[in-house]
Amino acid sequence: MGVDSFVNWLRDVAGTLHENAAYLTELDSAIGDADHGANMDRGFQAVVAVLDETSFDSVDELLKKAGMTLVSKVGGASGPLYGTFFLRFGTAMSGVELTPETIGRGLHAGVEGVLARGKAELGDKTMYDAWAPALEAYDAAVAGGSDLGAALTAAAEAAAKGRDATVPLVARKGRASYLGERSAGHQDPGATSTTLILESAARTLS
Amino acid sequence: MKKLINEPGDVVSEALQGVAAAHPDRLRVDLENRIVYRKDAPRQGKVGLISGGGSGHEPMHGGFVGLGMLDAACAGEVFTSPVPDQMMAATKAVDAGAGVLHIVKNYTGDVMNFEMAAELAAADAGTEVLSVVTNDDVAVQDSLYTAGRRGVGVTVLLEKIVGAAAEEGRPLQEVADLAKRVNDNGRSMGMALTSCTVPAAGKPTFELAENEMEVGIGIHGEPGRQRLPLAPAREIASMLLDPVVSDLPYQQGDSVIAFVNGMGGTPLIELYIMYNEVAKLLDRAGITVARSLVGNYITSLEMAGCSITLLKVDDELVRLWDAPVNTPGLRWGA
Repeated sequence: MGVDSFVNWLRDVAGTLHENAAYLTELDSAIGDADHGANMDRGFQAVVAVLDETSFDSVDELLKKAGMTLVSKVGGASGPLYGTFFLRFGTAMSGVELTPETIGRGLHAGVEGVLARGKAELGDKTMYDAWAPALEAYDAAVAGGSDLGAALTAAAEAAAKGRDATVPLVARKGRASYLGERSAGHQDPGATSTTLILESAARTLS
Repeated sequence: MKKLINEPGDVVSEALQGVAAAHPDRLRVDLENRIVYRKDAPRQGKVGLISGGGSGHEPMHGGFVGLGMLDAACAGEVFTSPVPDQMMAATKAVDAGAGVLHIVKNYTGDVMNFEMAAELAAADAGTEVLSVVTNDDVAVQDSLYTAGRRGVGVTVLLEKIVGAAAEEGRPLQEVADLAKRVNDNGRSMGMALTSCTVPAAGKPTFELAENEMEVGIGIHGEPGRQRLPLAPAREIASMLLDPVVSDLPYQQGDSVIAFVNGMGGTPLIELYIMYNEVAKLLDRAGITVARSLVGNYITSLEMAGCSITLLKVDDELVRLWDAPVNTPGLRWGA
């Protein structure tokens, strides 16, 4: 468990988002502006380009660089939100040993950054509806003695449930909020990409 | 998808190359950072005006760069906000000591990216930056439970009027206050007859049947508030104008700039039919049209449809509206 695992995670996220780009854009067409898949794909391809030409000695430098790259390349709302997530996650990992507990604190710091930037609340039909249950499940698993892989698997499963639970919600943030009641019945694209990122973490970080 | 393009991924950069090739007398384009600059920027002693947003709304914003309007415009991907790096580069490049005003349309992505740029610029160079967020779309009724009203047509009028004030050498705070005053006195509402196709998506963002229209749309091909049966222009005009007039409200005796904007795929002949209906309704309400603007200025790719914007004006705003402007998208008196 070290910086190589995190590099593998980011590469795996890039692959997963590339495969799911059309799907994410289709979800975004229903209640947004049809660019989420293309944006996330472009952003993570840029992260991969950075990984190809730079080697990182520490997880915090790696995650911060990934965050800055996403801020620089993605645009829209997902650029600042995911960029801030990785920036704050990286900052929290500075000088600490990699354990399920410290990684949990890093995830919390990342999600707090997302909240500060996006000002969303639970149930607003945003990516936070996947992040919140994921963190809760992760914390519970770690408290129960699970290792990192098991805790991330629990987080990914909870995120998927949170993602599915966005379907009936009426959006209160982002572009989908303009649809009012008509946003109900559609799965939130941001909660979907968050779940893909966590499922990738469960596959690669253990 | 049937478009005059080469590759979907090259749409924005090739369009910017085209802008650079077409207007070398007035503009300078940083293709790397996707920024359109006024050729003679920065202007000593003048507040720098920057706007930006997703591409696909042409001529906004790049077409409004030039004398009497913007100093720089940052272009994002189609319907996607530009990124903070672009805004920071543009901010530094147009600052000639008088500070910079960011003109931001109220969309979650635009607001977040401009906010990050302002935070980074403050930490970095010490350039004085103020910003104004436009939010004139009355179709968004419940601003408590949404991301707030969208910035639409008033953005064009604001960039013209505030551009004239900056050209006169007014200080940053005064220019920013004027921008806020313009936004506060403007209201808009739009409708679509067809959807539009984002090149990277390859198919229309939503489907509209031959006999349907979407009322209360924004400018990103996002569906609107209501889907209704198609109606004659005179009914559509009141459907859009009534909520605009009652929102500010615009009252008998008020003077306005009346702006009928095409969404990109509607011919001028239809926009003039809409303007005729709007002018009649305003006349009946005792609202004087001081100036008018009819055409495709803030568009949504090839979407057919229109929006109506009213801006309540006084003599000062009319004078600034009439001041010389020389941009690819708007030009008079210069």
